[in-house]
Amino acid sequence: MSELAIDREIDRSKMQVSDEVAIQITNMNKWYGSFHVLRDINLTVNKGERIVIAGPSGSGKSTMIRCINRLEEHQQGQIIVDGIELTSDLKNIDKVRSEVGMCFQHFNLFPHLTILENCTLAPIWVRKTPRKEAEETAMHFLEKVKIPEQADKYPGQLSGGQQQRVAIARSLCMKPKIMLFDEPTSALDPEMIKEVLDTMIELAEEGMTMLCVTHEMGFARQVANRVIFMDQGQIVEQNEPEEFFNNPKSERTKLFLSQILGH
Amino acid sequence: MSDISFVRTEMLPEQDPPASTVGLIGWLRENLFSGWFNSILSLVSIYVIYVILSGLLSWAISPTWGAHSLNECREILAGLGREGHYAGACWGVISERWLQLMFGFYPPEHYWRVILAFVLVGVGLAPVLFDKAPRALLWFTPIFPFAVAWLLWGGTIWGPLVAMAGFVVGYFAYRFVSGIAGGLLGIIAAFAAPVIWWLFLAGPVAGALGAILPIGIEAVESRQFGGFMLSVTIGITAILISLPLGIVLALGRQSNLFIVKALCVGFIEFIRGVPLITLLFVASTLLNIFMPPGTNFDIILRVIIMVTLFAAAYMAEVIRGGLAALPKGQYEGADSLGLNYWQAQRLIIMPQALKISIPGIVSTFIGVFKDTTLVSIIGLLDPLGLSNAIRADTNWNGIVWEIYGFIALVFFIFCFSMSRYSMYLERKLQTGHH
Repeated sequence: MSELAIDREIDRSKMQVSDEVAIQITNMNKWYGSFHVLRDINLTVNKGERIVIAGPSGSGKSTMIRCINRLEEHQQGQIIVDGIELTSDLKNIDKVRSEVGMCFQHFNLFPHLTILENCTLAPIWVRKTPRKEAEETAMHFLEKVKIPEQADKYPGQLSGGQQQRVAIARSLCMKPKIMLFDEPTSALDPEMIKEVLDTMIELAEEGMTMLCVTHEMGFARQVANRVIFMDQGQIVEQNEPEEFFNNPKSERTKLFLSQILGH
Repeated sequence: MSDISFVRTEMLPEQDPPASTVGLIGWLRENLFSGWFNSILSLVSIYVIYVILSGLLSWAISPTWGAHSLNECREILAGLGREGHYAGACWGVISERWLQLMFGFYPPEHYWRVILAFVLVGVGLAPVLFDKAPRALLWFTPIFPFAVAWLLWGGTIWGPLVAMAGFVVGYFAYRFVSGIAGGLLGIIAAFAAPVIWWLFLAGPVAGALGAILPIGIEAVESRQFGGFMLSVTIGITAILISLPLGIVLALGRQSNLFIVKALCVGFIEFIRGVPLITLLFVASTLLNIFMPPGTNFDIILRVIIMVTLFAAAYMAEVIRGGLAALPKGQYEGADSLGLNYWQAQRLIIMPQALKISIPGIVSTFIGVFKDTTLVSIIGLLDPLGLSNAIRADTNWNGIVWEIYGFIALVFFIFCFSMSRYSMYLERKLQTGHH
């Protein structure tokens, strides 16, 4: 839980929120057994938004973004992603998943495949892209995350930060419209957090719609256009970062902020 | 307090390690004589090995290869002044009977068919087992089981061809039905159509084709099969079929579909709860009771089916262990990219689960191969069954160690190669520390 300084000017020319809706969540509820993890979540995300979701552990923030690509199933309410409603229809689920990229805390790269194969797998099998074209796209994104020279290595041979950047590149190869980040830097050493955040900032600068569960408040301040604070499975407060950090309204938010930013 | 500040002004050069820790002497010191207790243990072990080897070698090195009976062996050894119960091995029995131990009562003029068949097994499996084998051989891989079966049992060539046609029938049934009625019904049709074909149509069609165009080689009956050739036939077939069957069962056991899951669990637990020997008795006796009178359901085929089912149940559990060892993140990673269930299983989950399970899978393979000796109990003449027949021969009455030693040696060669192959595979699939 650090506030890492972001030491460069952020190019905001392409960071524009459009009126088009990317994700619409209405009255969503979810239970684990009899435990009510998500309570009446309502959230509309427009294209081009960069949303940071913060909150104490166990508050349901990860569960919420995992519902957006149906890694978790919601039991009540409606989730519409890019015009497709998530139901038990497998075809719709696979379609949404191929439009929504996701990065995990533990990267979840495929250790038996090389970096390049990790990146070309989904385009080849899901999008039916010819191998050569998929490889070119993959190299393009690997260059973007600054590790083209590792293309033939296996994930186990890379550092944590490099693995997370590969994971981002792997998602980008599917040309997603929305990117979800589930605590992408929580498993990393401080030095490596920066390289991953840099990659995420570049992505934001290109106008990607992003939802990011993170404890990196520096990133939230500089890059997000909206910060959502969750506690006990509910959205407690949401606001523009400036207001959220300088002028939190709810007591719960104040307490949380004082704990992670104070000293 | 002393001054704790320290600055290194020049870097130390690299030095060779002390001579006593490298090379042969270093190795001996580290591995055999690293302390007084270990030194004593090493010396005692070396002495025990010496005693065993000297006894064994003086018995095994025995110029009796030309003998035609146990008495002749004894005369040869007595002529050399070697007397007593363990004067020396009587290898004449091996040189006289090794072909029988290999081929059973298969007609000697057709031995070439057996040899060719096993060469074909090697050719068919090479591209699957080794990266370096030419990829062009892959087209032969789906054909070789039929070619091998035809070579071994002989008869009309139309039998295996018509059996192979069953798969073509299944393919077209899938294409046709899934086009009209959707994927699931297509899959059911893909299984049902070949079964109907094999049960009801294959026999008459093969008969008709054989009547029109009689191409074939002399048929060899199952009761003439024997020796290692029988063990290898049963073993390899069971191994090759039990692996895919085990994968399907393991996936079924993890399935969310209740009926599929219940069927798989029931099958696995039933088979694992019953000794193989019981299943073999069922195959040899009980099964005939349930068949319509007059059906001739080949005994070797029945045994192969039982051994395969037995191996598949164990395989399923070994593979389930591999599946359980995979972190949940791998499933989520595959899901999040939009791969469907079968793609995720084939590309992400199975390659890793199988890799983790290699030692267990190969142990099961080795176990299955050795378990084929149990067929001697239901009267099939595998090497152990033959050994009893050979020992009953008046010429060789009283021989024990030589035959069993030879059989053990051949089994060891097969099993050891499998185990070495598994180590090679593990090394090959090693992809960094993860």
